Amino acid sequence: MTVEKAQATDAFAERKHWMSVLAKADGTDLEKAWQSLSIKPDYDFLRAPETGLVMVRARAGGVGQPFNFGEMTVTRCTVRLANGATGFGYVSGTDRRHAELAAVFDALMHDTDLSDQIANEVIDPLDAAHAAEKRKKAAKSAATKVEFFTMVRGEND
Amino acid sequence: MYVAVKGGEKAIENSLDLVAEERRGDRDVPELTIEQIKSQMALAVDRVMTEGSIYDRDLAALAIKQAQGDIIEAVFLLRAYRTTLPRFGYSAPIDTAQMGIQRRISATYKDLPGGQILGPTYDYTHRLLDFDLTEENRNGPAAARTAPEAVNDGEIPHVTDLLNHEGLIQQEPETDEDAPIADLTRQPLAFPAGRDLRLQNLARGDEGFLLALGYSTQRGYGNNHPFVGEIRMGEVSVEIEPEELGFPIEIGEITVTECELVNQFAGTADSPPQFTRGYGLSFGKAERKAIAMGLVDRALRCRELGEEPTAPAQDEEFVLYHTDNVEASGFLQHLKLPHYVDFQSELELIRKLRAEYMARRQAAAE
Repeated sequence: MTVEKAQATDAFAERKHWMSVLAKADGTDLEKAWQSLSIKPDYDFLRAPETGLVMVRARAGGVGQPFNFGEMTVTRCTVRLANGATGFGYVSGTDRRHAELAAVFDALMHDTDLSDQIANEVIDPLDAAHAAEKRKKAAKSAATKVEFFTMVRGEND
Repeated sequence: MYVAVKGGEKAIENSLDLVAEERRGDRDVPELTIEQIKSQMALAVDRVMTEGSIYDRDLAALAIKQAQGDIIEAVFLLRAYRTTLPRFGYSAPIDTAQMGIQRRISATYKDLPGGQILGPTYDYTHRLLDFDLTEENRNGPAAARTAPEAVNDGEIPHVTDLLNHEGLIQQEPETDEDAPIADLTRQPLAFPAGRDLRLQNLARGDEGFLLALGYSTQRGYGNNHPFVGEIRMGEVSVEIEPEELGFPIEIGEITVTECELVNQFAGTADSPPQFTRGYGLSFGKAERKAIAMGLVDRALRCRELGEEPTAPAQDEEFVLYHTDNVEASGFLQHLKLPHYVDFQSELELIRKLRAEYMARRQAAAE
């Protein structure tokens, strides 16, 4: 892999990460994060928020032939900041404001002046909250882990 | 054939108002909220999402409220709504091996890597009506216990992988990843149906119909001897690759239930005796549906496995044409539409046949 390609992959990986955090966050949490920003940059819609469907695919037996499993609602939005940075929001569900803010934060993460602040104050806390929620769920499931014993007839005679 | 009729506008309008009033019910009782349906009627929401074939808890809850809890009507509402939305694209196939596991059981192995995790299940409830639920309980039930050791640190292998090591189970056939994938929301059913088309059809099929068909295979109509290799339920992430981005992104997580059935297979001249597989998958927590789907998937694989199709569950035209409860309900309920002209001609025919019959009887008596 060339150096440029490796850097490009790293950049994709970082962006994929924050876009995934923004998509999985609750719309109201993004709104709170936006309201608490001291400077709110102006932005234009390159594509106004729009709801549509994505066909979710799965695989036969979990590993084999792909098939179309069923659809899910998705809302998307594209914004451009005054400095030219563009941001994309693709979020599950029909919350237009969620998609809009996901796009705005994505664009702000490209803005080197603000990206550290957004990462520290928005992305990381949302990521941590989601991870904590997952851990809580997993801990509740773990409490239902069982050991089954096979009963053999006459064993207790 | 039914005919167009005119008039009745006022009666229809009043009927719609009457429906709205009945839907609201007793006005002294607080109105149901979408949030209440989502959180307290969650399994009904899951069923409507699965058969409506759209994962969206809010829309499914709204459909249930609008349909007064009539699940098939709610499925219809969701299907009708989908036609108003554009299709953005297809996701990458979900990876159920990476699931955030809430439940995972096997009926074939007692001890298996990752363990048996019951999760929230009705299996061990006593099925006795709980009259405590008739009263509002301000404090709610006690909080579910937690265990310090998380269940899903890393990948939990599928049970069928364990059988794979010994070559005892049929491998899922290698597939050409670039081959087109059937989509019955785009093209109508065509036969013979590939497994991709069959699985899509079954995934959105009516639970009651698939339950009965699955049951029929257990009772001997189709020679199916299944074991639940594994059932797992939990969250999987959904990834798409938008054209304008050029790399895949995660758009959210969905809860799914997956059932892998392991079936006896005596083998043929070309293949050794081994276990074969049936696959079921549903949105949300819909375990009965996933198992039923797995049974019917296995039954429909008869041709590919060289078995003689003899039972209804193995007849793919019979099965796939009748799984869809929106189509079935539409055709059934169209019987209520005016068939006045048809019926007039039938009336005349019956009168004529009766007159001839009477004349013959009279002639014979004389």
